[in-house]
Amino acid sequence: MGLDIRWPIGLMFTLIGALLAVFGLAKGAESVSLGININLVWGAVLLVFGVLMLLGAIKGGKTPPSA
Amino acid sequence: MQAIQLQWIDYTILIAYVAFVIGIGLALSRYMKTSADFLTSARSIPTWVTGLAFISANLGALELVGMAASGAKYGISTAHFYWVGAIPAMIFLAVFMMPFYYGSKARSVPEYLKMRFDERVRALNSVAFAVMTIFASGISMNALAKLLHALLGWDYNFALFVSSGVVLLYVLKGGLTSAIYTEVLQFFMIVLGFAPVVYLGLKDVGGWHTMTTSLQTVATNPAAIYLKDAGTTYAPNAWTSAWQPVLAGPTHNPMGVDWFAMIFGLGFVLSFGYWCTNFLVVQRAMAAKNMTAARNTPLVAAVPKMFFPFLVIVPGMIAAALTTLPDKGYRIPPPVIAQANYDKAIADVKNANSADAIKIISDDLGIKVDAGKITSLVAANAASKLTDTQIQQGLYNSVAENDYDGVILSLVKKYCPAGLLGLALTALLASFMSGMAGNVTAFNTVFTYDIYQAYFAKGKSDAHYMWMGKVITVVGILLSIGAAYFASMYNNCMDIIQLVFGFVNAPLFATFLLGMFWKRTTATGAFVGLFCGIGSSALFHALTIAQGNMPGIKGGYLKVVSTFPSEMAQNFWLAAFAFIACFALTLVISLATARTKSDADLKGLVYSLTPKIVDNNAPIYQRPAVVGVVLLIVCIILNLIFW
Repeated sequence: MGLDIRWPIGLMFTLIGALLAVFGLAKGAESVSLGININLVWGAVLLVFGVLMLLGAIKGGKTPPSA
Repeated sequence: MQAIQLQWIDYTILIAYVAFVIGIGLALSRYMKTSADFLTSARSIPTWVTGLAFISANLGALELVGMAASGAKYGISTAHFYWVGAIPAMIFLAVFMMPFYYGSKARSVPEYLKMRFDERVRALNSVAFAVMTIFASGISMNALAKLLHALLGWDYNFALFVSSGVVLLYVLKGGLTSAIYTEVLQFFMIVLGFAPVVYLGLKDVGGWHTMTTSLQTVATNPAAIYLKDAGTTYAPNAWTSAWQPVLAGPTHNPMGVDWFAMIFGLGFVLSFGYWCTNFLVVQRAMAAKNMTAARNTPLVAAVPKMFFPFLVIVPGMIAAALTTLPDKGYRIPPPVIAQANYDKAIADVKNANSADAIKIISDDLGIKVDAGKITSLVAANAASKLTDTQIQQGLYNSVAENDYDGVILSLVKKYCPAGLLGLALTALLASFMSGMAGNVTAFNTVFTYDIYQAYFAKGKSDAHYMWMGKVITVVGILLSIGAAYFASMYNNCMDIIQLVFGFVNAPLFATFLLGMFWKRTTATGAFVGLFCGIGSSALFHALTIAQGNMPGIKGGYLKVVSTFPSEMAQNFWLAAFAFIACFALTLVISLATARTKSDADLKGLVYSLTPKIVDNNAPIYQRPAVVGVVLLIVCIILNLIFW
């Protein structure tokens, strides 16, 4: 089918990751669990994952991967 | 337990997710031109996508909740449902069975049965499957709506209708492709949503080593955290070793199973019966774009499946370990008790002066309590007045029963601040939606092609079947909602229904095994064998019982011929028995009846009559046999690590 699933996955996690990370930065005190600012850390992880998916989609062009 | 309060950030994450899954459905709707596009994805999807969808369709909310529950109850042995009960069967499906499913051009598993045998076998399988998927979907929806009600205070009806409405929207727009695509998104959502909870839990409990040490305390006295009756004791490694307690015998492991039932019953009959014949999962592989992609689908799926125990079972183990550490202030949640009952009990703690205070308080709460803990609570209150909140906390800790299904959410609640909480709850909803969409897309295909087209409206135009596929998608969701309400009202009926499904599924793999690998198997042999196999599992159930159960719905209602140490052992043995009965009968009847299909008819349907696929041209990492062996070795290594 004409849609490369990496686009929506990448976009969604980039969005949610950025949101979480910004929330973690802005509201540090409310984001801490066991001494870690988990929103910031995990938001960053999601952001990286999302961007990698987007890069894959851009590199792969419109066609799905051939694997 | 108090309802969790969600903040705007949590709702934003939830809404973003819902918007994306619906968006995928809408984006795909313009590609839905024929019934094949809608119901079978017209065999167009790449391997990594079908592979992740394959595993995601199976990973329903009940699995997430249930595996954490079993992790607390049985420890690492629960991983056998993955390492023994899934991986070998998935590899077998990829290497040996996919060539027939995909190569025969069948659009569904029942259709394959029709090609290989005849209409009778297809009718039996398709009707049973259609009914089963609706109830499976309903049971899981009911469980989730209840959970959301208990933990978030959401209205039951609201939770039910909104989540099924979302699934309806994207399945109706984008068909199977949309279900598969969103399943991939849901797969990442589930993994990335729960991983931080596992990480935080492990960190809190003091790391893997401290967790296993605490679980050794659990094993030697499981009654201390109300896991087993007082007096039950196991070797220290019962929760932390996967094989030694099982090999030591049914009284030495909390599951109460023996190695034969585990390997033959679970690892062979139940596992192969599910992974190799259930259209819900097989459909994902059949949507792949070519034979190699179809065969590699279960192999791609096997990789995350192998490591899922760390995501879904370890939280349960963490919960059990945390409960033994008093300074952590955690216990496996007790069953939900109404505030009114707590209020009554709080009043009685304050007024307690008679010897039967414990019984009064237990009656107030309507549940078994720990006498020692109640006595010290009453004493503490007498010494210095406690606040109502403190007394309620004390009562909560004194309940001598566990609600294992609450384990995963209690950890989410304990560790997730606003933000991460929204992510984890979205992951839970995603698991629910992926399971439901899986059921609905399998149901609409089987109903449209194997029931409607086969028996009610032969030879209509494709547009007609496409229309029917859409109508039946709506009907399927409505029926699932009905089944959910039914489940919420008649718990006992649901137990009976699930029991009957167990009977239907247990012998099925024998029919496939003989059908695919022995050309002499006849349609009559298959039909009668399958039918009697189902009957034999019902009979086995009527004659056996698990220790501690009363004869009745749990078995033994005709006569108790044999008693098993646990229900799980009874189930595994039932499956083994039904398989052997079906296998033997199919074999004997096939020999006694004449073949109705010639060798030429069976080409592409039976192993010995189908040209072998030569994968020498494919790169080595795409050859199913090679990849399958590598995966099997990794799986064995995992078993050895947790031996």
